[in-house]
Amino acid sequence: MSGNMNLTLKVWRQKNSQTAGKFVTYKAEGISPDMSFLEMLDVVNESLTKNNGEPIHFDHDCREGICGSCSLYINGRPHGPKKAITTCQLHMRTFSDGETITIEPWRAAAFPVVKDLGTDRSAFDRIQQAGGFISVNTGAAQDANAILIPKVIADEAFNSATCIGCGACVAACKNASAMLFTSAKITQLGLLPQGQPERYSRVQAMVAQMDEEGFGNCTNTGACEAECPKEITLMNIGRMNNDYYSAKLFREEHAHDHTGGE
Amino acid sequence: MSLDAKIPQGPLAEKWSKHKFNLKLVNPANKRKYDVIIVGTGLAGASAAASLAELGYNVKAFCFQDSPRRAHSIAAQGGINGAKNYQNDGDSIYRLFYDTIKGGDYRAREANVYRLAENSVNIIDQCVAQGVPFAREYGGLLDNRSFGGSQVSRTFYARGQTGQQLLLGAYSALNRQIHLGKVKMYTRTEMLDVVVVDGQAKGIITRNLKTGEIESHGGHAVLLATGGYGNVFYLSTNAIGSNVTAAWRAHKRGAFFANPCYTQIHPTCIPVTGDHQSKLTLMSESLRNDGRVWAPKTAEVAEKLRKKEITAAQVKEDERDYFLERKYPSFGNLVPRDVASRNAKEMTDEGKGVGTTGLAVYLDFAEAIQRLGEDTVRAKYGNLFDMYYQITDENPYKQPMRIYPAVHYTMGGLWVDYNLSTNVPGLYAMGECNFSDHGANRLGASALMQGLSDGYFVIPYTIGDYLATIGPKAIDTSHPAFEKTKQEVIAYNNKLLALKGNKTVVEYHRELGHIIWEYCGMARTEEGLIKAKGLIKALKADFWVNAIVTGENDEVNAALERAGRVADFIELGELMIDDALMRRESCGGHFRLESQTPEGEALRDDDNYAFVAAWEFKGENQEEELHKEELIFENVKLSQRSYK
Ligand SMILES: Cc1cc2nc3c(=O)[nH]c(=O)nc-3n(C[C@H](O)[C@H](O)[C@H](O)COP(=O)(O)OP(=O)(O)OC[C@H]3O[C@@H](n4cnc5c(N)ncnc54)[C@H](O)[C@@H]3O)c2cc1C
Ligand code: SF4
Ligand code: FES
Repeated sequence: MSGNMNLTLKVWRQKNSQTAGKFVTYKAEGISPDMSFLEMLDVVNESLTKNNGEPIHFDHDCREGICGSCSLYINGRPHGPKKAITTCQLHMRTFSDGETITIEPWRAAAFPVVKDLGTDRSAFDRIQQAGGFISVNTGAAQDANAILIPKVIADEAFNSATCIGCGACVAACKNASAMLFTSAKITQLGLLPQGQPERYSRVQAMVAQMDEEGFGNCTNTGACEAECPKEITLMNIGRMNNDYYSAKLFREEHAHDHTGGE
Repeated sequence: MSLDAKIPQGPLAEKWSKHKFNLKLVNPANKRKYDVIIVGTGLAGASAAASLAELGYNVKAFCFQDSPRRAHSIAAQGGINGAKNYQNDGDSIYRLFYDTIKGGDYRAREANVYRLAENSVNIIDQCVAQGVPFAREYGGLLDNRSFGGSQVSRTFYARGQTGQQLLLGAYSALNRQIHLGKVKMYTRTEMLDVVVVDGQAKGIITRNLKTGEIESHGGHAVLLATGGYGNVFYLSTNAIGSNVTAAWRAHKRGAFFANPCYTQIHPTCIPVTGDHQSKLTLMSESLRNDGRVWAPKTAEVAEKLRKKEITAAQVKEDERDYFLERKYPSFGNLVPRDVASRNAKEMTDEGKGVGTTGLAVYLDFAEAIQRLGEDTVRAKYGNLFDMYYQITDENPYKQPMRIYPAVHYTMGGLWVDYNLSTNVPGLYAMGECNFSDHGANRLGASALMQGLSDGYFVIPYTIGDYLATIGPKAIDTSHPAFEKTKQEVIAYNNKLLALKGNKTVVEYHRELGHIIWEYCGMARTEEGLIKAKGLIKALKADFWVNAIVTGENDEVNAALERAGRVADFIELGELMIDDALMRRESCGGHFRLESQTPEGEALRDDDNYAFVAAWEFKGENQEEELHKEELIFENVKLSQRSYK
């Protein structure tokens, strides 16, 4: 069943990270308001394919707002105009018939374009690899209930843990800072008793990696919090800074390389 | 070819610990001389990669996403079982074992299922130690909920995002090993074939999804953890990228494929609205704790609802059929998934479906809202209600939700023995891509458990036994088998790229999905299956002439990726039909209309079908050969399932 919306799309097309990109205009016709934004692009791609055109590339997988793959900059906002949802959850009824929609990839030096609307966000993985974990080997963990965690703490840690690693915070930030993303993991683990032993070495290692990847600094604009689909709050950045300065000032002994032990 | 499941002797409760003792060990100093390839970094793959690297092996891990954190496991909602008996409600390893065997309709191996229940206890400990923020009680202890048909509260959860938290836990353990240099991670890399040298798996061929480069990777063992094949149905609750390619290509290199016709269909999904739809969204089963399922009593009323002449609220009590409560008074709305799904289909088949397409029944919260108040309902299910509203633009606080069953999980997969080894030595399969542990009707909260059990607690022991036998001699990727397999992969991709017809790959996928859903979905008949077989054969022939595949190899090319996956789904589809045809009985998710009890329940035929069906590939366009692994039940008595 198709619908009756007709739209004009201005889409960023770029063959790969080495070549320059440009906007190309497409018509999206017979769009149903019940389609998700990505399904609308599927329809456009089907017709491009049939007419010897090259389909528009974009990253996506779960289409349920949880994997963090989809990453479109729609009319100047990451994940489009609605609050607290990802692009894959955005439906076409949000737009009106005849509208022109501009679609771009995330723009940040640390996220090079792979093709068209897809970017390389592996810098996020490297930040996690620098220390976003608790060093525990498989087997012989103590009984789970031996670690008591008050419900409010568990809930807070969970709120930070819901970050999907989409990168909207970076895309929204005028400095392309990764502070919201990095601080979410630091906060989650820093709140839990299991996370204490490596708390200060973790923050230093992760912040160092973040800088090395070329992300900018935080100037407290708050665009990240406003655009985050999982509503990760600026409080996380506060906690991270706090741990970071404690580590710097009082815990120089922790400043060694974070190896995680073996 | 005899199928030896290698189930250890001795009493059920001692099999695994005895087996662990009997397995050969690799000397710690030698472990670093072994390379292990792991394809897939969802729950099964990431947990295995981290655990094997901790032990000292060199691990090369692969996934097609840009980051391991995006594997499909991230989307699991409800929870993970663990026989902890923290609630003191009488749970035990044996009870979890028993429920799982029964829930699988006696089509799973006793020994495997017992080990799964045994390991479940350690999984929870492991995850908590890693910092997985499970739900807690005010006193600081872990909270549990009950799930799908079970009488005890043994499900651990992290809001509706348990899969996400478990995967992020495994991902962080994996990251630690990447940091330490023990795992080399290859993202955006798709495995396209297995390399078999002298009958043993020694490596894989991959395509770099950024550059198109086809590469060979050698390893002393190859572990597949590549997830399930639910997307053969086109519409399913799986992530768009989930596919069968790795398992299917391994199958074509000799690994047996077991029980392909077993699919789990989940009753509470958001219904299809139109052909544009690319996937279906699951609504957690927990909704059926408070929501009441109904359809109009007559087709006339249903017709009026479909035409929007009346609203659901205007349908009077005596015109409503609360069919689950009526037919299953003791379980009511909480009957198991296959029963709830089949009954919804029956309603829509009788013309009593609602919504514009008529393919839906109601899940009504009006009574719960009246009884508990809107705020309480919001606190319990708020995020699900929001999601439903987002997708359908209908407010479930004001009108009943529309639900319909959707494909959710596949229980079939590569055949493996007790050590998780396929019948090809050196080739292992873990998680949803193997067939083990679930039988015919997996219950909720047990797939996550299986993935982590395989990855954290089974493979680290069993793989040593094989590696110790073959020794640490370096793998030679210049062996002709590597070059030959690589050339075959290149030729196959070129054949796909040469397809410049008039029908898109997506259209073929959708058509395939329609056929399988119609004839090998919630109910199957001999006649329908025979028809489907012909339809798929024709579809396959047409694909290789009329499909369009755009672009080139040496660039990012999603069209080529999709074409390869759909071609494999078509072949798998043929095997699913053969498997369903052969199994002239009903069990769990496999419902043959010819085989039902007078009450309309699935009727097993234990005398003739208490076996695992393991299929052997015999060449392109050849019928596959069936091998049977008899299932022996020493500890549980086979009985008819009844939820009356
Ligand atoms: C919506 C939904 C909700 C669910 N909820 C629950 C629940 O509450 N409880 C429960 O127990 N189960 C649940 N399940 C089932 C459960 O999520 C899955 O069975 C499980 O996550 C599968 O894990 P896996 O590690 O086997 O595979 P996956 O997580 O699917 O991982 C597959 C991996 O393989 C890689 N891969 C695949 N093919 C290739 C290839 N050719 N080359 C390279 N890499 C490849 C992918 O990149 C990925 O890393 C749910 C499923 C769905 C769809
Ligand atoms: S903090 Fe929010 S915006 Fe940033 S990566 Fe996480 S979920 Fe995305
Ligand atoms: S596709 Fe997974 S979050 Fe959008």
